Amino acid sequence: MSDFSVTEPSPGQKWIAGVLVALYAVITILPLVWIIATGFKSSADSIAYPPKVLFEPQLEGYVNLFTTQTRQTAEYLAQHPPQTWYEKIVHDRGLVIAGPSRFGERFLNSVIIGFGSTFLTIVLGTLAAYAFSRFRVPLKDDLLFFILSTRMMPPIAVAIPIFLMFRSLGLSDTHAGMILLYTAVNLSLAVWLLKGFIDEIPMEYEEAALIDGYTRFQAFNRVVLPQAATGIAATAIFCLIFAWNEYAFAVLLTSGTAQTAPPFIPTIIGVGGQDWPAVAAGATIFLLPVMVFTILLRKHLLRGITFGAVRK
Amino acid sequence: MAQIRIENVRKDFGSFTAVKSSSFTIEDGEFFMLLGPSGCGKTTTLRMMAGLELPTSGQIYIDGEEVGRKRARDRDIAFVFQMFALYPHMTVGGNISYPLKSQGMPRAEIKRRVGEVARILGIEDILTRPVGGLSGGDRQRVALGRAIVRDPKAFFMDEPLGALDAEFREHMAEELRALHDRMGATTVYVTHDQLEAMQMGDKIVVMNHGVVEQFGKPQEIYDWPATMFVAEFIGSPPMNFLAFDGAVQPGAMGVMLGDAPVTVPEAREGHSGSLALGIRPEHVRLDDRAAYRGTVIAVEYLGTTQIVTLSSRFGDIKARIASSQRVREGETTGLSFNERTVTLFNRETGQALRSAANEGVLRHG
Repeated sequence: MSDFSVTEPSPGQKWIAGVLVALYAVITILPLVWIIATGFKSSADSIAYPPKVLFEPQLEGYVNLFTTQTRQTAEYLAQHPPQTWYEKIVHDRGLVIAGPSRFGERFLNSVIIGFGSTFLTIVLGTLAAYAFSRFRVPLKDDLLFFILSTRMMPPIAVAIPIFLMFRSLGLSDTHAGMILLYTAVNLSLAVWLLKGFIDEIPMEYEEAALIDGYTRFQAFNRVVLPQAATGIAATAIFCLIFAWNEYAFAVLLTSGTAQTAPPFIPTIIGVGGQDWPAVAAGATIFLLPVMVFTILLRKHLLRGITFGAVRK
Repeated sequence: MAQIRIENVRKDFGSFTAVKSSSFTIEDGEFFMLLGPSGCGKTTTLRMMAGLELPTSGQIYIDGEEVGRKRARDRDIAFVFQMFALYPHMTVGGNISYPLKSQGMPRAEIKRRVGEVARILGIEDILTRPVGGLSGGDRQRVALGRAIVRDPKAFFMDEPLGALDAEFREHMAEELRALHDRMGATTVYVTHDQLEAMQMGDKIVVMNHGVVEQFGKPQEIYDWPATMFVAEFIGSPPMNFLAFDGAVQPGAMGVMLGDAPVTVPEAREGHSGSLALGIRPEHVRLDDRAAYRGTVIAVEYLGTTQIVTLSSRFGDIKARIASSQRVREGETTGLSFNERTVTLFNRETGQALRSAANEGVLRHG
């Protein structure tokens, strides 16, 4: 104990720590605030110089994000008064809504591919990690090293072979192809992380369940999984963040049907110039799912559920 | 409830042999102790009986049925783990009812049986609590509750008191023994604590290096150890050994320790070469008339008795004698042995030589 004694920080130290944390928070949060704010600016405000901190909030960016528009004559506009609030926003700029934009589809693709690959990674990763943790697997150490070695170079280094493989297998621009790709990339990390978490769970829990009349799978399902929830949640967040934000493979392998939001957002070009509010609105909406997912799983990340049940 | 028979059971982990050809029988209703130092194979033996490890070879019979290859859940036994292994995400009641749920028992029946078990163990008031915050003793009771609720053929316990504080162990040991006597269930109990084994067990198996050294009632094992290992492992202080070279013929009634004759129980087995004379400390008397001499080198006072350590020609001897007897360090005295309690050992094999006294015990061991 004497080597690592814990002392209460003095008020001065606490104050310095507080200032440092606050500064760091400002530095990291400011770009997010700027993006969110830009989404609510008008086109003119978004490129104003000097930049406007105070502005009149608009929904123009969001309307532009979700719709495609065409310019119409004043005569046509007068004959067709706007029916809804969003039609009015467009109407005031001398435009009419021609239809929904592609953003909804691309966003949905991101959801399907991001959550799909995370789910698949977690299912396969948990089973593999359990096997590595509990059973005598021949060549276990070599296999684990091999799995880890797939992460020793950046995944994009194998972009060309993957591109060719996807083309010959007909996986280019498909949801299944992207889910498989992101699963393959994430799986090594997931197996290693989850094996660590499962190693921590005493084997006696499962053995107790086996003796209490349950099958190996039931013991895994009802005893190991609840214990591993914390680790699974943490791993799922890592996997989702990677799959959700991945840009390079998405640009290379998707163009239409399965295109995710990251390659789509930069292509949003408004009528007559870069539509920065629409781009910012897209980025803001794109940020939300990962934030919500992380907040939902937060309590799993913090809860030490095995505490005190086994004496070490 | 059931008889359990182990026949030539062996377990290899790769090139390491944890258990080498063990055989013994546990009678119906017995409280049976598997005793030995750590790494001796006792836990592996228990885990094979429970179905948590597959034996490399040999047979295990529970209630006359060979179960060596059966899964744990098909053996109808209960296991109490050293670290309790209570399901941490369930309440006390959830833990106790878990073995019943796997059988698809109706909810009302589960509730009734859990209530009954809780009453027996005195834990009715904590049934709805999570297991996380329980004291060691309560966790132990919950683990026992989970074992007895199903009314299995046998209970297997792997050092169940090992995780408890010393003062509480004694209390739980009594509680366990009382519970066993009340239920009359066959119980196999693994421990490395020889006092615990002698205090609680009807029968003891002593294991060392994967081999069954001896198998019998506590007093038989204490009085008539089959090997030098057992003689040393059981008893505190352990049996004294006087190492000497000589010869014993069948029918001999004594041996010579140098020039001092010592009477022994009539030998039924001869050996010449390296021998050891084994005698428990309480059977050594300080007697100035005796021919075998020793010098007092230490005295430990233990209340009613004292342990006197003497150095003698064939090795140090500890004697347990009444505290009232005056002993001074440095004095030389004669040592006499209660001749009915002496065991001779072959020092090359470590085995006891059969005599008129231990023959009956060693024959079935």
